[in-house]
Amino acid sequence: MNDLIATQEPSLKRRWGAKMTDIVSSVWDSDIVYSLRNSKVTIVSFIVMAVILILGLGADLFAPTNPFDPTSFSLFDSEIPPVWTDSGDSRFILGTDIQGRDVYSLLLYGVRISLMVGFVSVLLSLVLGVVLGLISGYFGGKVDALIMRIADAMLSFPTIMFALLVSGVARGIFPKEMHGDISVYVIIFSITATGWMQYARTVRGAALLESGKEYVQAARVMGSSSARIMFKHILPNTISPVLVIGTLHIALAVLTEATLSFLGVGMPPNQPSLGTLINEGNQYLFSGQWWVVLFPAMVLVVLALCVNLVGDWIRDVLNPKLR
Amino acid sequence: MFVFLLKRAAQAIGIVLVVAFLSFVMFQFVGDPIEGMISENATQQERDELRESLGLNDGVIVQYTRFVKNMAQGNFGISYYNKSDVLSLIIERLPATLELVFVAVVISLVVGILLGVWSAYSRNGLMKNTVQILSLVGVSLPSFVAGILLIVVFSVWLKWLPSHGRGEIVEFGYWSSGLLTLSGLKAVLLPAISLSLFMITMIMRLLKSEIQETMRADYIRFAKARGISERSIKYKHVLKNSILPVVTIIGLQVGGLIAFAVVTETIFQWPGMGLLFIQAVNYVDIPVISAYLVIVAIMFVVINTFVDLIYLLVDPRIKVS
Repeated sequence: MNDLIATQEPSLKRRWGAKMTDIVSSVWDSDIVYSLRNSKVTIVSFIVMAVILILGLGADLFAPTNPFDPTSFSLFDSEIPPVWTDSGDSRFILGTDIQGRDVYSLLLYGVRISLMVGFVSVLLSLVLGVVLGLISGYFGGKVDALIMRIADAMLSFPTIMFALLVSGVARGIFPKEMHGDISVYVIIFSITATGWMQYARTVRGAALLESGKEYVQAARVMGSSSARIMFKHILPNTISPVLVIGTLHIALAVLTEATLSFLGVGMPPNQPSLGTLINEGNQYLFSGQWWVVLFPAMVLVVLALCVNLVGDWIRDVLNPKLR
Repeated sequence: MFVFLLKRAAQAIGIVLVVAFLSFVMFQFVGDPIEGMISENATQQERDELRESLGLNDGVIVQYTRFVKNMAQGNFGISYYNKSDVLSLIIERLPATLELVFVAVVISLVVGILLGVWSAYSRNGLMKNTVQILSLVGVSLPSFVAGILLIVVFSVWLKWLPSHGRGEIVEFGYWSSGLLTLSGLKAVLLPAISLSLFMITMIMRLLKSEIQETMRADYIRFAKARGISERSIKYKHVLKNSILPVVTIIGLQVGGLIAFAVVTETIFQWPGMGLLFIQAVNYVDIPVISAYLVIVAIMFVVINTFVDLIYLLVDPRIKVS
């Protein structure tokens, strides 16, 4: 009996180990990881993106000071250049702005706000676009025509213009003291309203194709409801292009938000995004304080670049025809 | 041809009317025009009189008809903020924006076509990589950051070009031009470059893929078989047939450029319509916002109609439908 266990145990262990290595190696050799391993650019952008993401989301942990707490900075520390310059101060790695706030801390909080606005507006456009696209493609006819006409009309509207208009209208409707608080909703609404069409068009095309296939007919014969067929059967078959558009859209949304904030209709100075920081820094550019504007601008461009590179990679992986 | 023109004109008027309706709705629901026009300590009776004299108590349809009629006569009302006639404000600013967009289009055409042709025909990987990097920069570098970088390099460090304003301008009646003086030309360079960056990458990518597609066409292979020189095929036959889609795209993008000039004009303090518009948005100056909208819509529609017309004239294969 003991012999039996003794002989069985190592084999069990071996089997377990073999299984684990099987899993690891199958993941390692899978198409996605294989393609990732072979693209150094993608790996680097993934890492950079992750670092920016973690630093931004954990701004409370990583930022040395809280730039929104007036007691944590003082005017005596204002306009200190970055630490590696001659008059730098070791307390402020990237220097301070005109109010004496630590640029590095501002940057982290700015990244968080930029990413938050970007993610929320992309998520909303994705959901709106996918639902409208599914309805359009599945039902066809007049509903389809209506939705696609609206999409065409929205496509000819430049996002910046639309956002400026919405912002102007919102400023007219709401009292002045609320302008700062509503601007985040204005931005998210504008990016969503001008961003859902691409999802809708893509999903509509795929849904049109899928709804003619046999499995959809079978589901219909079985008595499934339209909603069930759309979301349970058709949606999974249209999701991969949606993911690609979504990733690239995040970069675009972050840039759009930054542009709006730069124009002064985006995030207010008490909730600064990267764009707000660039806008504020830009005002002091001529007095020689290049660091206040340069670092947020750099982070913004690097973030957008990495997200775009990762998005391109996802597109290539999910679309084997292009390989 | 005539029917086509009529149809396009009807469509164009329809679009402008819809935009006019939007701006009319804005007038109706955003703020009270009386508040913007009358002093704060006016009596209720004075307010009511002004309201009646402006016709704000009439029905919506009557008001909309009057709104469109006024616009057709060039009467866009009085700016709440500047207290002057909206149309003359915009006309004063129009040349600056149009010149900026014109220079940007010229720059993007020249650079975009050169890069597109070069990258499509070059056989080494260096060019391919350059194109890829440029297009990534095009989508990742927002135009306001590009503008700031240009200012930092060329105005702050090198001190070669001015960072803001139009430089010296020459007046011709309604039109003021900055393109005839050296300082005006210097001033337009940086804003035009920053505005054209996106379009350069777009033209480049589009032209490259068009050329590569055309190269595979049967008539090109036939031309090769006839022994026509490589050079003649590349620059006469292929290029001629690849450039058409580029023309359309540019036409469609010019409207977008006018809208996007808002950003460029803010960075370079370029005294154009966009700067006026941003100011209007900040002060909730509804007459200016709505007039700007209608005028941009008219320009958009006119440009698009012209592009269609050019397309029709250039490519006889497209049947008038």
